[in-house]
Amino acid sequence: MSRNSNDKYLKTLTETQTHINPKLLDILKSVPDPEIPVLTIVDLGVVREAAILEDGTVEVKITPTYSGCPAMDVIGDDIVTAFAKAGMKAKVKLVLSPAWSTDMISEEGRAALEKYGIAAPLDATADKEVLLGNKKLVKCPQCCSKNTELVSQFGSTACKAQFKCNDCLEPFDYFKCLT
Amino acid sequence: MNFTHLREKNKMNTETLKDYILEIADNSLILGQRFGELCGHGPSLETDIALTNMSLDLFGQVRSYYQYIAQLSEEEKTEDDIAFLRLERDYKNVLLVEQPNTDFGYVITRQYFFDVFHLMLMQQLQYSKDETLSAIAKKGIKEVSYHKRFSGDWLKRLGDGTKESHERVQKAVNDLWPYTNELFEMTEAATAATEAGVGVDAGQLKEPYYKEVSELLKEATLEVPESKYFHKGGKQGVHTEHMGYILSDMQFMQRTYPGMKW
Repeated sequence: MSRNSNDKYLKTLTETQTHINPKLLDILKSVPDPEIPVLTIVDLGVVREAAILEDGTVEVKITPTYSGCPAMDVIGDDIVTAFAKAGMKAKVKLVLSPAWSTDMISEEGRAALEKYGIAAPLDATADKEVLLGNKKLVKCPQCCSKNTELVSQFGSTACKAQFKCNDCLEPFDYFKCLT
Repeated sequence: MNFTHLREKNKMNTETLKDYILEIADNSLILGQRFGELCGHGPSLETDIALTNMSLDLFGQVRSYYQYIAQLSEEEKTEDDIAFLRLERDYKNVLLVEQPNTDFGYVITRQYFFDVFHLMLMQQLQYSKDETLSAIAKKGIKEVSYHKRFSGDWLKRLGDGTKESHERVQKAVNDLWPYTNELFEMTEAATAATEAGVGVDAGQLKEPYYKEVSELLKEATLEVPESKYFHKGGKQGVHTEHMGYILSDMQFMQRTYPGMKW
């Protein structure tokens, strides 16, 4: 692990999970991110709150990774469907504050990203050095070499940048750090 | 989906607040549309993807602003109505963002001139007393800083690149410079919003803006234009001849198939 903000990360994670009613966690964890299907929306950290209201309705608050993330509507629909399957009525609210950051991705989520072939976000300082092209810190998810190079600051989705590995020559996505 | 915080208890008049939000939001809509036009036409695959990614960020911000305006409206309005069913005079974007994609030099210069302002605006707007505007700004800061890094890097690369790239980007800088001053013009709505602690005094951004832009231009070996003549009118809805074409392209679907959602 090349992050140095572990304390902050754990705190955020705790905060995220305390707002999720434990009874709802399993259903929420069954909903994958539509663009990165190995990652559940809980591991991605977009679920901010989940509660059962007095009338029995489930209320889920989600936050976008990027303002224009086209997956948000799909995620909202998928949450409603997942609860409907469990016989529960759910409504979804979009919240912008606090703004999502890559620190909200869980440890499981980071591992899932790497396994899927997407390099997980570094901490903010390292990320800046990498994207400015000053340092080689991003690990190739294929061969684990750090001899990697930025191809473009923008990738296949708003949350990723394009990299290539100079050792195994594979191109790969890097999940940009957002703090 | 709804925002958790609905109507803000602002001291300012709701109509004025809506006008002020449009002033900010319409810039992102029109620049986003200009980037969108380049989808599949960027000078290289990477820049093509970058421009459309930034378009997506801008549209995302616009959706948040328009959803908020829709919530503030007495009549039944949706974000789509606000984006697609207004007439040219009702758009409050600055003239800079509607300028055409003449070549990559213009695309980058226009973007950089806007990004520097946009980031400064968001950095102030995050302290707005209006919770929704503050939340949109805090989210936007992260995206816009990234945009500015892209446009600034490219401006340096083009300015300090080949003879051809230098000449062409210098022309873009000279042509677009007269559109920069409008960014700092204070309308009635902006003044009222600023007095209510909701808006940003754009006039105060002017000096740091020109300082930052001039420094980057020099670094890019480009000349800082000395023109003292500046265009304006966008914030009052008086646009350049390009605006009608943008709107007819953008609004075609909604007007042909009324009620469709974006």
